Parts: sequence; structure tokens; C-alpha cells
Amino acid sequence: MRQQTNILLIVTGFIIWLTAASPIAQAEQKSDQKKIKRGEYLVTVIGCNDCHTPSKMGPNGPEKDMAHMLSGHPQELAMPPAPILPPGPWMAALSATMTAWSGPWGVSFTRNLTPDKETGLGDWTEQNFIETLRTGRQLGKGRQILPPMPFEAFRNMTDDDLKSIYAYLRSIPALKNKVPDPIAPSQGQPADGHNK
Amino acid sequence: MVSRLFLRISVLGMFILTPAVIITGGNSPILTPPKLLSETGLYTNIHSKTVAKGNLLFAPQYPLWSDGAAKKRWIYLPPKQTIDARLIDDWVFPVGTKLWKEFTFGKRVETRYLEKIGKSSWIFAAYIWNGTETDAELVSEKGLKNYAEIAPGVRHDIPGLIDCKACHDGQGRDAVLGFNALQLSSDRDPNALHAEPFTHDMVNFNDLVKQKYITHAAQQYLDKPAVIEAVSPRARAALGYLNANCGGCHNSTDPLSSVGMFLKYMLAGHSGQRRLSTVVGHLSKYKIPDVPADQNFRILPGNAARSVIPYRMGTRNPYIQMPPLGTKIIDTIALNLITAWIKEDIQTNETTHIFHNKQRR
Repeated sequence: MRQQTNILLIVTGFIIWLTAASPIAQAEQKSDQKKIKRGEYLVTVIGCNDCHTPSKMGPNGPEKDMAHMLSGHPQELAMPPAPILPPGPWMAALSATMTAWSGPWGVSFTRNLTPDKETGLGDWTEQNFIETLRTGRQLGKGRQILPPMPFEAFRNMTDDDLKSIYAYLRSIPALKNKVPDPIAPSQGQPADGHNK
Repeated sequence: MVSRLFLRISVLGMFILTPAVIITGGNSPILTPPKLLSETGLYTNIHSKTVAKGNLLFAPQYPLWSDGAAKKRWIYLPPKQTIDARLIDDWVFPVGTKLWKEFTFGKRVETRYLEKIGKSSWIFAAYIWNGTETDAELVSEKGLKNYAEIAPGVRHDIPGLIDCKACHDGQGRDAVLGFNALQLSSDRDPNALHAEPFTHDMVNFNDLVKQKYITHAAQQYLDKPAVIEAVSPRARAALGYLNANCGGCHNSTDPLSSVGMFLKYMLAGHSGQRRLSTVVGHLSKYKIPDVPADQNFRILPGNAARSVIPYRMGTRNPYIQMPPLGTKIIDTIALNLITAWIKEDIQTNETTHIFHNKQRR
């Protein structure tokens, strides 16, 4: 019986080694890595970190806090009521972290994009991610995505680009950070964001 | 081929883009919805509201809540074409199928239109009625926010294309909702909320099979009309309401299955003993204000205050409400029903059964 188990383990191990070392597996792995690199490039150049990674003050002024990379508005940072803007052309206000934004839409907090299952995109499928950016609705069916998320531009990306971004976001460290829900204009802010 | 034009609109200062879908096939002409409702084939005489012969009137037993609108619905099937019901929860409609849904808030406000133009291609359109109700005009793909006042301070939105697709688009299924063996069952739930009375000029499932509009339906659904089995009449009505108002998105087969909450009542493989296992006693990621983070449940038996489903049904905060679109007025009757059902009919998980979802395909 023990001998049979040993043989089974050896065979299983061999199959695993063979599968991992097979040209197909290697090609797939290479393709995945390429996709992740492409996603990293896109996330960098289209500015995802600008809002989804909190800013902090550094020796040379504001800088991105990469220890909290792409984890959205810090849950421990409870924001006071948003300022009411005087009449005039100013429309929006933002937090020093660049993760909380106030305007005619109410107050929005940038989302945790890390693969944390509870607070990030951990449960999102690739299709969920693509449909969110294509439709401007959460998961393609839920509430509207709010400013300043420039999904109007991002929705024009190719499927391949969006898949690459998704692959990259799945590859980064999962950070537990529960971002608050957005606040609607009727919850204490004029609909147009201005004090009359 | 589907090509998209992107248009910019402003809503309360929010800028969003909505696509105008133009569906073409090779060198065939561009297919867009007719400009007027009178050109869609619903009426032979729109002035007298004479509906064309062959357009079948129907009423789902569990209608979607639409802020109290009175609704009428019709379906048209092309000659000699039939609905394939071999998958009882996933009917396949023939190319050429058309459906209309008319919304009345005291007067006719809009009529929505669906037309199947290819194996997996549908036209979505909405028409707004003129003041004299002599015709209705196609609304642009952007929709019309705050179009008509339906209650003091509440204005009805005409949906845009993205809104239509948010509900009707599924995963490899046809775009029709509310037209299936359960919704058209002759064994109608007398306690279903907001249901239009079934009248002699409406069709039900058995009629459609007898008249050969539907083929390949399993005999069992003819012998015993589909019904939601439940521990009480109230539970039956509650489950029917959740099926119609939540199950369109929250089911086990569409993209939102990743959320893992299944409220669509599936007939296939029905065992009668399954539980609302993805809902009852299931912790929610959503946090109700003033409820400790680990005490929020999708539904907590006997405790509606810690149940997220009634909480989100009971708000019209646009960022929290459920459903997230298509309604601006809380359905208080339904909220009372769901609350009572949670408090009194599902005291424990053990007493909750019969609601199930079965993975398809």
C-alpha cells in the first residue's frame, strides 16, 4: 500500500514537472508575464496611481505613498464635510491624498484596486472589470462610476489593453483597505456643489 | 459588426459618455430603430391604439417595480418561427422577435422596444409619447434624464442604451426578461405585488405552447404550471418579488455571478429543498450605518435591521439603492413584505428552503 502511494506521488510529481516544463506551459507563462508587464506600463502611463494611490508629503513635496499602492482612499482617513464652494467657476475640491473628491456629484472616494478579496477587486472577474470600464457602471450593472474617474477615455481602450491592466492588478500585493461609500449630493451638499 | 459612437452629456454636472450602437452586417444597410413608435409594427392604428393582430398581450405575474407605472406589454414572433424552450430557464427567441413595454403615469409617457436582429444581436430603443398621445418619438441613445414628473419632486428617466443593456444583457442568453415559464404560468400568485390582472386577451405559457409559439418545452411544465414553492403565501410572494426585481442581475449565470448572490428562481433541476444559501445567513460586504462591520448579512433570519437587502431596497440614495437604476421611489409595499418575510417566515436557516439556483451550462 505504502509502495503504491510512493509510486503515485512520483508519477504525480513527474506529471506536474512535465506540465510546468512543457513548451505550452512555458509559452503561457511567458504570455502572462508579457500581459502583466503591458498592464503595468499602461497603469503607469494613464495615471491610475494619481488617484488610487494616496499622496503623502515628502521632502520634495507631495509624493505617492507606494506602500499603499493602488489601495484607494485610506480607510483610517475620515474626511470632514466637504467644503461648500462660493458662487463662481470653481467646481470641485479634493483631499491632500488625492483620494477624496467633492463636486456636483457629491463626494467620491477612490477605489481599492488591489486583489484583496474583501475590500479590493479580489472577486472581480476579467469580464466584470472590462464591463465596468466600458459602461461606466460598477460591474457593468451597478451604480455609476463617479468623477474624477476618466472612464470616458478609458472605455475606448482595446480589450487586450483592459485585460492587461486587469492581469497587472491581479499581480500586485493585496492590501486590505475598506474605502467608504460615495456620498450623494442630497446627503449634505448642494446638487451643483456651490453655496448660493 | 457593432460600431460605437460616443456622445457627451451632462447630468447634474457629471459627464458621462453613452454609446450609440449601430448594428450592421457586412455590406447590409445600417440597422437602427424606427424613428417613430408607429413604425415599429405595434399598432395598425396608433390614433385609436389598435394593436396589430399577432402582437400578443402578456403580463408577468411578478412585475418589475417601476415607481408605480401602469405597464402593458406585447410580443411579436415572426410567422412560422417559434421560441425554443428546451432550456426552461433560458428560452431562445427567433430572429425577428419584437417586444414592447408601455409605461403610463396617469398618461402614456414612454414605450420601450426590443427587436432581435441577429443570433445574438438586439435593438434597444425607447419612445416618448407626444402630448396628444398620437405617436411616440425615438429617444437618442443617451436617454433622457428627469423627463417627466411622476410624483412631487420626482421625475422619471427615459433609459439610455447603457441602462437598457445593464439589465437586459446577459451571459450568452437572449435579452428578454419577464417572459418565461414562471412569469407566464397559469398558476398565478394571488399575492404577487403590483401585478396587472390577467385578462382574457392575454396569453399564458400553456396558451403559447398550444398555439405552437413555444416548442420543446418539457411536458412537466405543461402538466403542472410553474410555481414558486414556499413555506407560506407571503414567502411565495417575497421570493417572486426578489426573482423579478433582483434576479435579472443577481443570478448564477450572468456576469454578476461573481458577486455570489443568486436571487433568480430557476425551474430546472428544482429540488424543492434547496435553501437561499447565498443569501440567508450570508455575511454582506456592504455595511449598514451603525451596524458593526461583522454583523451585516444579506438576509439575517428574524432580523431585518441587520439585513442588507431590505436596507438597500429602502433607500433612494443613488449610490446605495437597489435596484441601482430604473426607480426613484421606494417600493414601500415590497419593503414591508420583505421585512415581514425576514422577521416572521425565516426565523432560522432551517426553515428556509425551496429557493434555489442551479448552475446552467
